[in-house]
Amino acid sequence: MWIDWIVVILLSIGAFFMLVAAIGVVRLPDLYQRLHASTKASTLGVAFILLAVALDAREVGVVTRCVVAIVFFILTAPVGSHLIARAAIRAGEPLDKKTLSNEWPLPTPADKKETPSPEKK
Amino acid sequence: MADQIVYIALLIIALSIGISMFRFVKGPSIPDRVVAFDTAGIISISVIVVLAHSFGRLIYVDVALVYGLLSFIGVLVAARYLDRGL
Repeated sequence: MWIDWIVVILLSIGAFFMLVAAIGVVRLPDLYQRLHASTKASTLGVAFILLAVALDAREVGVVTRCVVAIVFFILTAPVGSHLIARAAIRAGEPLDKKTLSNEWPLPTPADKKETPSPEKK
Repeated sequence: MADQIVYIALLIIALSIGISMFRFVKGPSIPDRVVAFDTAGIISISVIVVLAHSFGRLIYVDVALVYGLLSFIGVLVAARYLDRGL
């Protein structure tokens, strides 16, 4: 049946985005770039996988739960990553060396030591 | 044929948990570990959903939903702790 193959294709796309998120978390050089990889790719992957399961079940309860879960992840993943990034940049987590502009001008404790800021260059 | 592809996708997702746990072990600071653990949590949610599809027990989607909610609350608590203490 052709709808089974659509389910399999959506599951494969979701698994691919999960792999992209995990590789991005390991490979990128900076905390903020890791957040950039983790949040968007994992949200898209879990949305694809839930969509595949909803398309496979085709019952009212399961489809409702999957849609609620997708909306929940799309709403909460940016909030969580924003909070982590704000806490990290207040704690003085250093940026990458190749960063061109730092648009957070608060003097953090690590800013006096080694964080590259645009004023010093 | 379709079942084999679903199992291969499940294997890839489980491998992704291992890869992000590498950053959890290695990460130089605490927010790196929080990010890695959050990513591993979301990936394990998708493992639960694929297992619900594969076993034919769609009640597991509820487990995934509740685990996502608890994972979000865990991230909130970790960010609050990093910012100004508990």
